[in-house]
Formats: sequence, structure tokens, C-alpha cells
Amino acid sequence: MIHQYKLNGFNIVLDTYSGSVHCVDDLSYDIIALYNEKKSKDEIKSLMLDKYKKDGISEKDILDTFSEVDQLIESGQLFTDDVFKNANLDLKKRDSVIKAMCLHVAHTCNLNCEYCFAGQGRYHGKDAIMSFEVGKKALDFLVENSGSRHNLEVDFFGGEPLVNFNVVKELVKYARSIEKEKNKHFRFTLTTNGVLLNDDVIDFLNKEMDNVVLSLDGRKEVNDLKRKRLDGKGSYDIIVPHFQNFVKKRGNKEYYMRGTFTRNNLDFTNDIFHMLDLGFTELSMEPVVSKPDTDYALREEDLDKIYEQYEILAKEMIKRRREGKPFTFYHYMIDLTGGPCIYKRITGCGSGTEYLAVSPNGDFYPCHQFVGEKEFLMGNVNEGITNTKLRDEFKLCNVYSRKECENCWAKFYCSGGCSANSYHTTGSIQGVYEYGCKLFRKRIECAIMVKIAEAMDDANEK
Amino acid sequence: MKRIVTLTTRDLKESKKNGGCGECQTACKTSGVANQKCEKVNK
Repeated sequence: MIHQYKLNGFNIVLDTYSGSVHCVDDLSYDIIALYNEKKSKDEIKSLMLDKYKKDGISEKDILDTFSEVDQLIESGQLFTDDVFKNANLDLKKRDSVIKAMCLHVAHTCNLNCEYCFAGQGRYHGKDAIMSFEVGKKALDFLVENSGSRHNLEVDFFGGEPLVNFNVVKELVKYARSIEKEKNKHFRFTLTTNGVLLNDDVIDFLNKEMDNVVLSLDGRKEVNDLKRKRLDGKGSYDIIVPHFQNFVKKRGNKEYYMRGTFTRNNLDFTNDIFHMLDLGFTELSMEPVVSKPDTDYALREEDLDKIYEQYEILAKEMIKRRREGKPFTFYHYMIDLTGGPCIYKRITGCGSGTEYLAVSPNGDFYPCHQFVGEKEFLMGNVNEGITNTKLRDEFKLCNVYSRKECENCWAKFYCSGGCSANSYHTTGSIQGVYEYGCKLFRKRIECAIMVKIAEAMDDANEK
Repeated sequence: MKRIVTLTTRDLKESKKNGGCGECQTACKTSGVANQKCEKVNK
């Protein structure tokens, strides 16, 4: 399977099953498309001579291009077959080891954001705080069920996790104390709205957190429209100085500014550029996923505008890199040479199998987006996984289990998408959130174009 | 003149043999594996 598209002056051909990326001229682009339509070489030659006569393309040029294309086919970089379906069968029998955990240390929040999927941080329940004892049991469960995995990940999440900062500190201290004995390495992350981000907290996060996700939607009027304090006022004036102080002290360690765009700011690249103006360079901006009846839900008619925004962003990323002022947009950071193996690409995020979320009272859920939904309760810190049937359902969730993914060129980039989004939009974890697919495919097209532009720039510099 | 430039990418077929160690990482919290890095390859 191949995918062809033109973007920003580049003709791009992607080969799905090998992962190959080709940048081609107009003649090759057309010839590859005709190969894909199973046209004969005589037919293709005749069509190309007609089309490119005025450009001085000769029969030899066409035959040489045939030769280049044939060489790529022979070397397994173009029109490759799917050789992974059988590997998928092995995946169903794979061990159940857990390597990542999302600890909901606080089901309460000091902001009241309108679009919050967690219902103002309470996950459709009452205010709740995780005790050290529950957190410790969760970490012990993670260690005991991680098999031979060395790297374990723990994300402090909420609600607002800094509301329960003392427990966060105690849990990190406990985890560090058992690393050597258990031969494990914990990688901690934390997601915060920034309200409680003072110097003491910053020093701790910079010492212990591998990544910190900071929630900001961009321009003041955009951020304050949705991200409000409990008194109804906007949060921008409080959180931006906190974030700037944090980033100044962060050094080279990883962080991400993480915004959400809605129908109210379809010009969201301006919010990304505003974050750049504020001095932030590691950026992520996500489309809101919400019930369709809200006034801020993204609609089908918004797609062209969103696509245009993604293209503007990609071009700006290339431009600023050339100017020596690079920035990171999370979704465009594809690692073509060191990206994930095919097993990871087929299985995706591992929710419900490799990844669990833990509620403040110690209940297990497949991921943070299922917390509080009783039908997705998988067990708890005292009894372990009790709902093995649900775990097995998630084990079977992968790119080959969704028939909608069968003919999608992007399936090894998205791994079949997010089960939570699928469930919340289609009612089934095996469903497909088609709107999200459309946005994802556009982002991948832009991301690969950025990689090609960067490769060309680097080659020209040499 | 070469009309096709092929970027260097990880060979997915090859990764069937040398992948699957599970040491890779599990920003957005809402919406694939495209941005992930392999621990082994990047060592």
C-alpha cells in the first residue's frame, strides 16, 4: 500500500508496510500513481510522453524512471506487501506485563475548565485525594507485574496533582528507594495547570520529573474563555508567570506546553505562536474531543480550516529552523530512523494491558480517560486485576482488529487510534473515531513533509 | 539524474526481528506511536 500527496512544493510517496518515505519529481510521481493503478508500462509511457512532451521529457527519461521505481520495488521500499498479519496472531498471546501507570493523586482541581473530560477533575464522582498507602501499593503492583521491563513510567495526574504535592514527593522518594533492589528505573512525569507552581515545587519537578506537561491554551482571551478559576475569572495572568519561571529553570530537561483548541479558536496556530512569543519552545496543541452538542465541539465543516492551520504550522516550523530559532510541535516530532518497531506500531499505547490508571481510592482502569466509568473497572491495588475479561478485550485492540484501518496508509503511525476516543464517540473500544483519524492523517502528512524539508536543508548545508 | 530521493527510515520488516523489547515509552494525553522513539535503536 502506498500514499501519495503534494505539500509545500514536495511530491511525497509513503510506503505503508516498509515505512519508506520518498520525495520524487513530477514524472516519478505520476508514474508511481499509474503503477498503483496497474497500468502497463506501454500505457504509462504513452500517457507520460503526451503529458510531458512540452517539458522535453524523452522516452529515455521515462524508461530511466521505470528503472528507478522497479529498483525500489525489488529492494522492498515500494508497493510492499503486508507481512505483519501473522505477527499479529502472536501479539494476542503476549505476556501481560505492566510498564506504565497513571496515578490520579487528586480528583479535585483549583481550576474549572469548561471542556475538561474529567468533569472539573472529579471524574463524575466526589472530590478525592490519593493517600501515600494507596500510591505505594500501586507502585508495588507495577514493579511486581512488570516482568523483565527495566524502565517503568509513572505519571502524576488528576484533577490537579499539585493539590496533593506531599504525597507526590513521598511516592517519588519511595520509588527511588526500591529502584536498585528491584533493578528498575522509574521515569516520572506530571501534568499541571500551573496554579501551584512555586519555587519549591519547581525545584522538585526539575530534579525528579523526566517530563512535565503544562496546560495553557495560548492567547489570554482564548485561554481564559475555557480555563477559568473557581471564581469564574481567567487563569492566564496567574499561570503564565509560573510557567515562564519553570521553563527558565528547567534547563535542557523535557517539558511540553499543552493546549487544547476548540471551535472557538480554529486559528490555533496563533495560540502556538503566542506561546513562542512567551518564550516556550516545546509545544503541543490538541483538538478537543467532546460531545457534539457543545458550542465548542469541532465540526465536519471546520476540517478545511484545521488542515490549513496544520500546514501553516509546518511551514513556520521549517522557517524558524532555518532562522536558527527552532521549536518543537509534539505531533511533528517523528523519528524516521529511530521510531518504534512494528510490534509497538501494531499495539499502540497499551491501555488496559501495559498501561493502567489508578484512581485515588486505588481502583484500576485501562487508562486515565476511562477512570470513573464503572464498566471499565479492572481491579484494585489490593486484589490486582480482577476483570481479566476486560484486559483480554484490550489485548485484542490493535491496528488489525479494526476493519476501518485495513486500507488506511497511516495505520502504523496511529496504531488504530485511541480506544477511549473510540468508546466515547462510537460506544465501542474497537470502534474508530473517524474525525480524529482525519486530523491525525493530516498531521502525519505535515510531519513527514517537515522531515523531508529538514533533510533537504541539511543536505544543502553540507 | 535521480528523480527519486529516498529518506533513511527504520525498516519495519527488519524491526520484526529486532523489535518487541517493550522498553520504549508508553504530551497530549488524548490523541499514536508516531512520536515515539525506540530505546534500543537510539542507545
